[in-house]
Amino acid sequence: MKFGIVRFPGSCDEVDALLAAERVGEAEILWHQDTDLRGVDAVIVPGGFSYGDYLRVGAIARFAPIMGEVERFARRGGLVLGICNGFQVLCEAGLLPGALLPNTSLRFVCRQVELEVVNASIPWTRACERGERLSIPAKHTTGRYYAPDPVLDELEANDQVVLRYAPGENFNGSARDIAGVCNNAGNVLGLMPHPEHAVDALTGSVDGLRLIGAAA
Amino acid sequence: MLIRPKAGILDPQGQAVERALPALGFGGVSHVHVGRLVELDVEDPAKLPEMCERLLANPLIEDYEIVEGAAT
Repeated sequence: MKFGIVRFPGSCDEVDALLAAERVGEAEILWHQDTDLRGVDAVIVPGGFSYGDYLRVGAIARFAPIMGEVERFARRGGLVLGICNGFQVLCEAGLLPGALLPNTSLRFVCRQVELEVVNASIPWTRACERGERLSIPAKHTTGRYYAPDPVLDELEANDQVVLRYAPGENFNGSARDIAGVCNNAGNVLGLMPHPEHAVDALTGSVDGLRLIGAAA
Repeated sequence: MLIRPKAGILDPQGQAVERALPALGFGGVSHVHVGRLVELDVEDPAKLPEMCERLLANPLIEDYEIVEGAAT
């Protein structure tokens, strides 16, 4: 299993994602100007501030040359994981429904959050049980998940809400406590918390490997 | 292009400004929304709506308004 981790100018979590992926498989960095995914089996679009988050989070990164390939890969059923800024980029690219808005507090928040696995049947969550709790750090200013109500109803009906903030943990004001959603086919997952930062007991949790490792 | 949060979407930035104004003695202010202004020169203004739809605004969360005027 080989992971490709996209690096945009302004990415900052791509090395952690690389190291996390290397714990469960092979991994290499994919440069934003490349138009070749180098035969990887899964793509991680990492956290950070791609292109400085200018204009709107993820708005410019989605047009990077590599993203055309990531879109083709995703539409063919390839496994894609968008973390934090990566989630924002995938939403902007239309690979995932919805958008991320500023936290209701308007503040940057960095804390460990408890997540509840809502859908444990997609490739990224198949190592989990439905209802299981994961402890994973989140750190962002723009993480309030939003989609119009009819879209949220549809996501719930299709089992596309994959992760929710556990009761009392929704610190950013996300609609219906949504922390992570997948596309209709289930091969593309986006979430605001950072599984790549929860891969070693030394830093408090290895729950991130439950997600990243499941794909391997 | 004037880009603002869509009606009905919580706009905490607008709310914060709305709370700050009375604190400075500016009463009678409501419905404050904070958006973006994108200023540009364009050869073919017919392309502006597509520019907004594809890049400058996210139609899911933002409305845009095109205001044309001579370059200053």
